[in-house]
Amino acid sequence: MSSPVTLAKGPQAPRRGILRMVRNAFRSLHLPLDDGFAIAGLVIYAVFVLVALFAPQIATHDPTEILFTATFDLAADRRPGEDGFIMGTTSLGRDVFSQLVYGTQSALLIGITAAVMVALIGSIVGVVAGYFGGWTDTILMRLADIAFGIPFLPFVIVLAAFLEPSIWNVVIAMALILWRDTGRVIRSQVLTLRSRAYVEAARVSGSSDLKIILRHIAPNILPLSFLYGSIAIGWAILTEASISFLGFGDSSTISWGYMLQDAFASQALSKNAFYWFVPPGICIILIVSAGFFISRGYEKILFPKLGR
Amino acid sequence: MKGLTAIGSRVLQTVFVLWAVVTILFLMFRLMPGNPMAAYIDPNFTLEQQEALMARFGLDRPLWEQYFIYLWNLLQGDLGESFFYREPVADRILSLLPNTLILTFSSLIIAYVFGILAGSYLAWKRGGLTEQIAIPLVLTTRAMPEFWLGMILLAIFSFWLGWFPAGGTRSPGAEFPTYFALYTSRDFLMHMTLPVLTLAIYSQGLPLLLMRSNMLDVMKEDFVTMARIKGLSSWTVVIRHAARNALLPVMTSFAISVGYQIQGNVVVETVFSWPGLGRELVRAVSIADYPLAQGAFLMIAVVVILMNLVADLLYALLDPRVNRE
Repeated sequence: MSSPVTLAKGPQAPRRGILRMVRNAFRSLHLPLDDGFAIAGLVIYAVFVLVALFAPQIATHDPTEILFTATFDLAADRRPGEDGFIMGTTSLGRDVFSQLVYGTQSALLIGITAAVMVALIGSIVGVVAGYFGGWTDTILMRLADIAFGIPFLPFVIVLAAFLEPSIWNVVIAMALILWRDTGRVIRSQVLTLRSRAYVEAARVSGSSDLKIILRHIAPNILPLSFLYGSIAIGWAILTEASISFLGFGDSSTISWGYMLQDAFASQALSKNAFYWFVPPGICIILIVSAGFFISRGYEKILFPKLGR
Repeated sequence: MKGLTAIGSRVLQTVFVLWAVVTILFLMFRLMPGNPMAAYIDPNFTLEQQEALMARFGLDRPLWEQYFIYLWNLLQGDLGESFFYREPVADRILSLLPNTLILTFSSLIIAYVFGILAGSYLAWKRGGLTEQIAIPLVLTTRAMPEFWLGMILLAIFSFWLGWFPAGGTRSPGAEFPTYFALYTSRDFLMHMTLPVLTLAIYSQGLPLLLMRSNMLDVMKEDFVTMARIKGLSSWTVVIRHAARNALLPVMTSFAISVGYQIQGNVVVETVFSWPGLGRELVRAVSIADYPLAQGAFLMIAVVVILMNLVADLLYALLDPRVNRE
């Protein structure tokens, strides 16, 4: 530590740069860390992310493998704990616990990609419409009107029927339709920002439109984008579950919706196999409400006067 | 006069959105991979039937001509022939619509009555333990997949306790002379209970949270303070003075909820084998009955678009400030 100059030039310098970048990226998320609910939501997310990352280590079986007992009987409809299956097995002899663990991966994958798409498209549409106004605004807002007129779930069903079954259908449908709410809200926010003195000042001093948008507009709408993004994660997971449940999902990917569809189609309800169809629902509730809790935190940042 | 032009332009906008959705639907069903005629002609139809449909929808003509024929037929209420039922799609859809509307409106009325009362109560009990427990609980009901809630209710009350039937609208063999007799029968009510309960539990969150936050705003107003000073009991103040004023925005959200509910019905109707528009859409798509799928989608879209219009008009009517732009 005697000569900080050499230290900065040493091999640690790039790592420090990365650290700073990570810290800045983290800070630019504006995580709502002063709200109890929001922290609970973030903790729930962290747990699910860990489960998804370490799914191969946590799961006790291959989630798609048909299992047999030591005496070569099909291990179907085992109750929790029976024959060593933590949460029992499905009617086809698959391990419920392992399916639940692997389901975390597809839920997070869909949820986060869809949320990023919705927030990104909605923000871009909102900023462009609000900032440039005129015809651009008219066209984009009429497109939003049309998107509001399309029933979302039926649209995903029809889309899924025409495309190859894939978990990405939900993401595509959300990108096509659900930017509408984010777009409208951000547009009205940009309309008020545009007339602020510092934006006027930047324009008068000759800043380009792109520079004004990136420097002065974008930072102010970021929390709003995150608010809608954190709600969109839940929407995506709920939609994927509904689509899989209706039988339009990708049956080669294990998801919570697929598990529920499998349970429903295999008469798990009349067999009182609560251990099979309750846990996936609980997981969905946890991850979706975590999104709601985080969005409440962003609301507090955005509208401090509400104070609720 | 200004109000009238505002209403007029909003109605025009609705017509525009309807046209756009109809066009998107046309393109989706015509441009899908495979034979463009597959949208209307089942290979199992007889040659004569095929030729008749070809002429009716102009399927041998260029796409743009087909588009105008499609629009013209649509205006006359002609949605084509269902592959599966071998009957006009429009008839099929109209016969299913009442089942869906009954489910939607009964559940929403229950949800709104409960939501408004519970929302006022929570605003009154602001900051207490009740709130600490109730709000996360309400958010949880919003985070539930509707079909999963339906499955749980079905497993408990139908399969386990045996209190309610597992699906459909009537017991096997039950016949009713008229629709009125069916809809007012005990049998129908028993079949309706679980799906209505599912939808109501899911939908009460919106009116509840909305009512609560409006109440909190209204209760800061002077006339509420005045009523308190007059010495009225606090519950009387809440209901007589604050709730009345907080109610209007909640009522406009009812129209929006109808639109959302009719989309959400797709999954709940499937869980309870309820013969409505939503389940029909799912079935039509999975058995590739394209005309029926198109018709069911269109009907749902029309309800959504009209309800958006109703909500906007109500909002303008109840809050004159909206028109001042």
